[in-house]
Amino acid sequence: MRQISMDRVETVRQEIYNTITSLTMTHEQKLTALANHADSLMEVLDVPEGLDELLNVPIEKKCICDLNEGHAPVRPRYIVPDYAKFLREGCKFLRLDPPKDLNEALNSLLIFYKHVPSVTNYPVFIGNLDQLIEPYLDGVDDETALKAIRMFLIHVDRTIVDSFCHADIGPVPTRAGMLIMKAESELEDATPNLTMRYDPEITGDEYALAGVDCALHCAKPSFANDKMFRSELGDGYAIASCYNGLLIGGGSFTLCRLLLNHIADRADSIEQFKNETLPYVLDIMARYMDARIKFIVEESNFFEYNFLAKEGFISKDKFTAMYGLVGLAECVNTLFEKEGKEGRFGHSEEAEQLGVEIMDIIDNFNKNHVNPYCKGTDGHFLLHAQVGLADDVQTSPGTRIPIGEEPAELIDHLKVLEKFHKYFPSGTGDIFPIDLTVHNNPQYVLDIVKGSFKEGIRYLSFYRSDSDVIRVTGYLVKRSEMEKLDRGEAVLQNTTGLGLGASKNCKILERKVR
Amino acid sequence: MATEALVNKIIPFSSVDGPGNRTAIFLQGCNFDCLYCHNPETIHLCVSCGACVEACPVQALTWVNEPEDMSHVHHSDGAWQEKNRLRRGHVAYDFDKCVLCDACIKTCTHGSSPRIRHMTAEQVMEAVRHQVPYIRGITVSGGECTRQRDFLVELFSIARKEGLDCLLDSNGTLDFSKDPELTAVTDGVMLDIKAYGAEDHRMITGRDNGQVLSGARYLAGLGKLPEIRTVIVPGLFNGEETVRRTAEMLKPYLEIAPIRYKLIKYRPMGVRKEYALYRTPDDTYMGKLKEMVIAMGFDAVIA
Repeated sequence: MRQISMDRVETVRQEIYNTITSLTMTHEQKLTALANHADSLMEVLDVPEGLDELLNVPIEKKCICDLNEGHAPVRPRYIVPDYAKFLREGCKFLRLDPPKDLNEALNSLLIFYKHVPSVTNYPVFIGNLDQLIEPYLDGVDDETALKAIRMFLIHVDRTIVDSFCHADIGPVPTRAGMLIMKAESELEDATPNLTMRYDPEITGDEYALAGVDCALHCAKPSFANDKMFRSELGDGYAIASCYNGLLIGGGSFTLCRLLLNHIADRADSIEQFKNETLPYVLDIMARYMDARIKFIVEESNFFEYNFLAKEGFISKDKFTAMYGLVGLAECVNTLFEKEGKEGRFGHSEEAEQLGVEIMDIIDNFNKNHVNPYCKGTDGHFLLHAQVGLADDVQTSPGTRIPIGEEPAELIDHLKVLEKFHKYFPSGTGDIFPIDLTVHNNPQYVLDIVKGSFKEGIRYLSFYRSDSDVIRVTGYLVKRSEMEKLDRGEAVLQNTTGLGLGASKNCKILERKVR
Repeated sequence: MATEALVNKIIPFSSVDGPGNRTAIFLQGCNFDCLYCHNPETIHLCVSCGACVEACPVQALTWVNEPEDMSHVHHSDGAWQEKNRLRRGHVAYDFDKCVLCDACIKTCTHGSSPRIRHMTAEQVMEAVRHQVPYIRGITVSGGECTRQRDFLVELFSIARKEGLDCLLDSNGTLDFSKDPELTAVTDGVMLDIKAYGAEDHRMITGRDNGQVLSGARYLAGLGKLPEIRTVIVPGLFNGEETVRRTAEMLKPYLEIAPIRYKLIKYRPMGVRKEYALYRTPDDTYMGKLKEMVIAMGFDAVIA
């Protein structure tokens, strides 16, 4: 452990005081913040040279960001337990036998969730819910089942107070899934986030249209290209947190992100950016992630003490790490401006071509970088189009077209997506607010999803333009809760604050309505 | 030789012109002159009077062979005007320069638009293919698209070969029973029933509706009437009576194929200002109409 200065200790002490006396944080939010303050005093990672001036600088200069994972990670960032195993075998540590009926199953899951850590301290994945619940519905009528599922979902929303919590349904249609969607459309809650893993050949129109209908009520589920994810991650994949493809029984050790727009600021020309500036930062971020992973695996003892690992609900061998990026659009536009070229990302073939070339460089780098602990994905990280942070300014998530600059026609918007979604097995996605008139025609949305998945688009979200629950960048918030927080009242969900920040900095309420 | 259509507009993705996602193609020119027309600039053909050329802020409209004297031009006969368009000077439209500000439409005193492209079926298909595979089909609307039926036959023949289903949006004045060629390549017609009573229909559109109603029955009998629509305008005509009698007339055909009754609330947007005095019907009234037709076995939506 390296020493730190008393000045830094004093600064953190002041932050601790501010947290303790805050009027807008709940008790749980304060505990999380206090733990983060303590962690910020640690200096244990063996970080690469050159990292400091890329990471520990004001946001407008930052080229690498570790998304507040802390200085001494106490657990992997995202954990994706094998809930099917839990329901099959029970859990010794929690003293739970395998459930025998619907109530026991839902109760056991709710207990288990409280013991699944993550970077948010809440589970980012709560299971392929429809498949988990379906076997317990034999002999249970719809009304009884719906009531139980409804209470279960309310419990999740009010106790997992962070909407980076994700449940999956599909691709096989189930009665449980229909009931989950029915309950969610009525509840209009932000948590859990929900994805329908969709394969037109397996899922069928009825189930998919129920999904569209539900999404137009409560901004979920999103649609994941099941065939695409399976081809990359195999059958045992899950969509967790915002839209992250990860292995069930594994997860992601860490997620760091490149701020491509700020990296572009450091280059004089496109050639210099591609040959020197970018590769330099790519290498440092990869080695920083290596250092974080090494600490988690070799020093933190997480996999040695935690019951999830000890009882086999997760295995070190199914983990990976997510190599993230934001601001491709701004990066391309900056480089074009530097060279006096016409055209902007989203509106110019040439600009998008540069985007593709940049992605190819990053993809190629990643394929050649080996981390021995990322055994779930053959020793490589997975690329991830990160959704941004609330305090990002003029930095679009992943490879998205900046809000306010969307092409006039949705078809031209989608044609840009076609070029970029393929790079990101650990997640990317685009979001479209939809005009109310579409309520009469949910097939409209489904046709767009079907076309998109044929064209290699990975993940799409829709919400009704006047919906209370809206998708911020990947997670969901209730508009009514943001308004409460904006008036200075404490609110239950941690993500409401992030949504409020994003609505002020990232124009998320100004997306083009389709 | 390929027929050229007068294309007013192509909407790449439309959620309101039939089931699913469709590319909607709007043709110029209509033989009705409905009081509440929501896009009256599609009714008449351009007479190349040239008033809009000056109004255009981006020079997307220009004279080709500017005539010396246009004072004798009237918009009385569209077909005649179209023939003369090529013979004399006309206003040319540059689609790429246009910013869709509508200044030309606001200037036009002939109930028309200069923003018309002359396109062959193959050229329209090129514009449609841009949306494949995101769309399930195309809908041709207007204006009254059946006035350009040769073009429709050509367009639909190509589109169907490429797996797209083809719908028409029509006022029902074409006698489909006498046009088996067009009927065969059309998957369905979405028909406007402006009013059931002949008097009301004449008052709203300026035309009789005998053909509209017999056409509706003919198409329903073929299972090619996926949707009928009525714009409900309180104070103009008895909407309840039209909806009820239309539904009664078509009810026997529901066993052949389902028919959706779209009940459209009148809204003053886009309507010529001299006719924009009617009020929008309230939700209770619309809800009552919807329940009535649902009870008769129709799928119904309020738009």
